[in-house]
Amino acid sequence: MELDIVELSRLQFAMTAMYHFLFVPLTLGLSVLVAIMETVYVMTNRPIWRQMTKFWGSLFGINFVLGVATGITMEFQFGMNWSYYSHYMGDIFGAPLAIEGLMAFFLEATFVGLFFFGWDKLSKRAHLTVTWLVALGSNLSALWILIANGWMQNPVGAEFNPMTMRMEMTSFFEVMFNEVAQAKFVHTVSAGYVTAAVFVLGVSAWYLLKGRHTELARRSISVAASFGLASAVSVVVLGDESGYSATHSQKMKLAAIEAMWHTQPAPASFTLVGFPNREARETHYAIHVPWAMGLIGTRSLTTEIPGIAELVENAEARIRSGIIAYDALTQIRELRDDAPADVVATFEEHSGDLGFAFLLRRYVDDPRDATDKQIAIASNDTVPQVWPLFWAFRFMVALGFGFIATMTYFFFMASFRGMRFPRPALRLAVIMIPAPWIAAELGWFVAEFGRQPWTVDGVLPTAMSVSHLSVSDLLLTLAGFVTLYTVLFVIEMGLMLKYIRKGPYMDVAETDVWTERHTHRLRTHDGKGPFAETPAE
Amino acid sequence: MILHELIEFDTLRVIWWLLLGVLLIGFALTDGFDLGVGALLPFVAKTDTERRVVINTVGPVWEGNQVWFILGGGAIFAAWPSLYAVSFSGFYLAMFVVLAALILRPVAFTYRSKREDTTWRTAWDWALFVGGAVPALIFGVAVGNVLQGVPFRLTDDLWAMYEGGFFGLLNPFALLAGAVSVAMLLQHGAAWLTLKTEGPVSQRARTYGSVAGIVAMAGYALAGVWLLFGIDGYTLVDDVVRNGPSNPLHSEVAKGVSWGASYTARPWIAIAPLLGFVGMAMAMRGLRAGREVSTLLWSKLGIFGVISSVGLTMFPFILPSTIDPRSSLTVWDSSSSHLTLFVMLVVTVIFVPLILLYTAWVYKVLWGKVTEDDVTSNSESLY
Repeated sequence: MELDIVELSRLQFAMTAMYHFLFVPLTLGLSVLVAIMETVYVMTNRPIWRQMTKFWGSLFGINFVLGVATGITMEFQFGMNWSYYSHYMGDIFGAPLAIEGLMAFFLEATFVGLFFFGWDKLSKRAHLTVTWLVALGSNLSALWILIANGWMQNPVGAEFNPMTMRMEMTSFFEVMFNEVAQAKFVHTVSAGYVTAAVFVLGVSAWYLLKGRHTELARRSISVAASFGLASAVSVVVLGDESGYSATHSQKMKLAAIEAMWHTQPAPASFTLVGFPNREARETHYAIHVPWAMGLIGTRSLTTEIPGIAELVENAEARIRSGIIAYDALTQIRELRDDAPADVVATFEEHSGDLGFAFLLRRYVDDPRDATDKQIAIASNDTVPQVWPLFWAFRFMVALGFGFIATMTYFFFMASFRGMRFPRPALRLAVIMIPAPWIAAELGWFVAEFGRQPWTVDGVLPTAMSVSHLSVSDLLLTLAGFVTLYTVLFVIEMGLMLKYIRKGPYMDVAETDVWTERHTHRLRTHDGKGPFAETPAE
Repeated sequence: MILHELIEFDTLRVIWWLLLGVLLIGFALTDGFDLGVGALLPFVAKTDTERRVVINTVGPVWEGNQVWFILGGGAIFAAWPSLYAVSFSGFYLAMFVVLAALILRPVAFTYRSKREDTTWRTAWDWALFVGGAVPALIFGVAVGNVLQGVPFRLTDDLWAMYEGGFFGLLNPFALLAGAVSVAMLLQHGAAWLTLKTEGPVSQRARTYGSVAGIVAMAGYALAGVWLLFGIDGYTLVDDVVRNGPSNPLHSEVAKGVSWGASYTARPWIAIAPLLGFVGMAMAMRGLRAGREVSTLLWSKLGIFGVISSVGLTMFPFILPSTIDPRSSLTVWDSSSSHLTLFVMLVVTVIFVPLILLYTAWVYKVLWGKVTEDDVTSNSESLY
């Protein structure tokens, strides 16, 4: 791979964004879980729930701060590395980022201080309110970020302005209620909840294996498993919703994920596994499930899903139309308000394809000079690398079903089998801790890598979005980020493990009233109630 | 949607120019004191407990304060996308240094006291010092460069081509501006520490703060004279269309007229530097006399004056270009579209008062001094 500005900028963005997203999902989910625990505390007055809130809160804090710190990079990196993108899309893309700050991040960051330092300065209810505001802030934050990201996938509510050489907003409501954004938001937030549930479950299982802090661990498992089950179902169902919305907004991404080389008669079959080959345009050793793809993608038996070959032909037509738009644009820019009406009309007719003409910029300075061969190459460029998408997607989905199975099992054992978890199950829960992070990163990879070669789908190619920087500048900052982030990651993991090993500040016993009722319940339930006498260890 | 036509495009542009100022000043007033506190840390606090006292004065609030910085970035992106695109890519390496410092700082706050060992804590103390001093310096240097103009040009497609390097930013005038910024924020941090601490820490803060105040005033005066007599300003050549499309290349700009022309054209703007001096001077006197609340308020007024003086002097310029004055960004040609400015204004009008309200409530809850006793008796839960 040649080290040019575009590749280095992409590498740096991918690295910093994926690193940022190591911390975000846990923040999203744990803020809600902690708020639920504190709610139980305030409602029942049982001190153990306060202890749980504080303990999981302390782990939340270690994680939260790195999410905040690495988020700073994200807010400024568009301007630093993606200067032309920022100019071209800022009118639309900047708004949700700014609103995220105003509506969400301020809320989250202002109250998170009180969450940690306000225990003896606030009444119980006031503190609980603060905790919920932190959770609300972090979740709203995700909403606006995904509205911004959703717009990159499906740029609605905007049009190109030839006078300013950029996209401008025509409807804020369309941008806000973009179906892709909404589907992505619920999917991403659910993924965060699953992450936190798996984390709490795994750490608690480890305590049970070690026979430490068992009271805290059992209660945490019951919260995590029920919350986790609901979220795991939701992440899969809403992920499917994301796929469904991609059927009409991002056909190429969908075709690449599914390695659908050619349009099939409806309903298309679903390729379960196989080895996609981009050059030959076929998938070797494929195992197909008849009808499944058509049903998932279109929810009908008659609608066709276009394959890659057909989409490339389509792209070629759009490139040719884009060249016409580019030609008209050049005239409009020179003559400004004096541009003849027919040129303006031509431009308006073809302006939706302008971005496709820019795909030629990699091969020729003026898209109008492009040869047929260059046009053919550029249309082929609209196909993202298929096999990484194909496999990343399948791993993510498999993990998703794995979460549903795990959470169902633990929910069942916690609710109906008196929390008598077999040791192998507890060990599995510990081993599973990294899985939701892997799934989340794979998900982002599919979403962003699958959008290539565009930064904003069909509007601006990635190759044109970068800043006018030097390779040495980029190598320097890339090295800087790698070093800084690696050091911080090691430190964070160290502290996290230290605090998990250390456990809660001190173990708190249940209240007498609760213990009495509980013993009574155990007697009447023939030992099958929650927290039976024979513990797991 | 035609609702946005209710406010004229040029009015919205001026409003957003003001709001840009509000955000930058909001950032300097809030995050400014904890940058200052970070930079003062090694000087005002000697023992570990003293350092923890200092850190805990900002412990619960730095996170909210830092959002002013993030929001500043977001709002520039949303309202002044050309400024966002040109400045951050142009100041690329400087921005990286700022980011690195501001990434270290939150981590330092949170992690420092999570381990007992001295090497660990000393390392994070340095991170807090660097995380406070370096951004303060670079922000000042950036302002110093903006006042002189920045070497960039825009192509016909509005690609930003920056033609200066990192070291070009470190010219004498810009370094002076950086020094003013550091001194001003040191004084601000000292004012905060006077309010929130007692005993030797507070004493040292007052000493360092008043010296910083003198340096800030002297530097600001010097920079003012230098700016008016030694640095080329910019003017728009002919009457510009104030509500036209945001394309900087549509207007003609001349370089060489002194920025002093702004003061002849709009004499009332002299109030800004005046407020800057008065605020800094009164804050310095307050530090000497040991006054608490009023000192912090005077210091805020000083910062308000200094930052507004920069904006008012340059109006309508936001980012002039040295090598191709025509490319300069002004209020009239580098904003977002009419609709976006309007939507963002509505959101701002709803949320900024809310933010101020709950931030004020949080400060009220946290009101009072942080003492050594607080730190030793809450060793587990405090920073």
